[in-house]
Amino acid sequence: MFWVIKFDIAIKNNSQVQINCLASSAVGPIKESMKENTLDAALKFIEAIPHSRKLGMVVEELGDGRAVISMPYDDSLIGDPVTKVIHGGAVSALMDTAGGAAVVSHPNAGVGTATLDFRIDYMRPATPGQVITATAECYHVTRTVAFIRATACDADTKRPVATATGAFTVMQAPK
Amino acid sequence: MKQPEPVTQVKRRRDLALSVIVSQVPYIKFLGVSFDRHGDELTSTMAFHEDLIGNPMLPALHGGATAAFLEVTAIVGLAWDSLWTDIEEERLNIPAIQNGKLALPKTIDLTVDYLRSGLPRDAYARARVNRSGRRYASVHVEGWQDNRSRLFAQATGHFLMPQRDG
Repeated sequence: MFWVIKFDIAIKNNSQVQINCLASSAVGPIKESMKENTLDAALKFIEAIPHSRKLGMVVEELGDGRAVISMPYDDSLIGDPVTKVIHGGAVSALMDTAGGAAVVSHPNAGVGTATLDFRIDYMRPATPGQVITATAECYHVTRTVAFIRATACDADTKRPVATATGAFTVMQAPK
Repeated sequence: MKQPEPVTQVKRRRDLALSVIVSQVPYIKFLGVSFDRHGDELTSTMAFHEDLIGNPMLPALHGGATAAFLEVTAIVGLAWDSLWTDIEEERLNIPAIQNGKLALPKTIDLTVDYLRSGLPRDAYARARVNRSGRRYASVHVEGWQDNRSRLFAQATGHFLMPQRDG
């Protein structure tokens, strides 16, 4: 997936950014600091991605190379007609989105990214009816590549549904 | 000498089996994926739709949609391969499948290699089952758009095969 976000240096240098999406989508009298505006723009950008929207994804946390994104259960996402378990592809889409979001929120990862490689391991079927939440961490960034790892859980947060690792491109802003 | 089965009957049987299998998975419809069959070879198509976009500025397909498309192609391809003999010998229990009894392979892992950005148009994919044992299978999938020889993504995955009765 490709992402392009006009990231501001102000947010890139802040290492403690963490905003709940529900609070920020209520917008209104939100503090007018550049940091929050930029993060709000990033949140809106991520939630405006058509495929992520279609899957009902909500950004729960974002900042400093870490992203938490949730996705509600829906009958249209069923992959196993016997057990009604959600299709692995929907979980992949959730984790890929979280991975890309973690990369663009990293202080050194440039202005946009695209997935180069993504590996997902399915540990167990997600319980039908439960929200799935993916947490992605961008743990290393070079001038050209960002590395992420991600975990997806349903209501039972002790036992992950899936884990993933990925390599994403790093696009530096034109100088 | 035994007469060969009429071609229309052969096609009807195979196409019915394919459509019954595919129609059992809601997510295949969600993605807008369909399957074309030539003999036992399947080619999947993910018809372009705005909802598949991951970057509206380029625009480009969402990496998650691409991954899901390749995974769906692998699972249906694997199920199709494993059911082929039953289909040909008219042993496929279609009413049971329609009653929610279709046991599909389960994904253990999937590695997706993104080779170029997915363009806002139809995508195609074909799965190759490299190894299919009693319990595990390894499948490779190739995805392309305008040119068969210019893949935009490929994937390899391992799958747990459904345990069959008997």
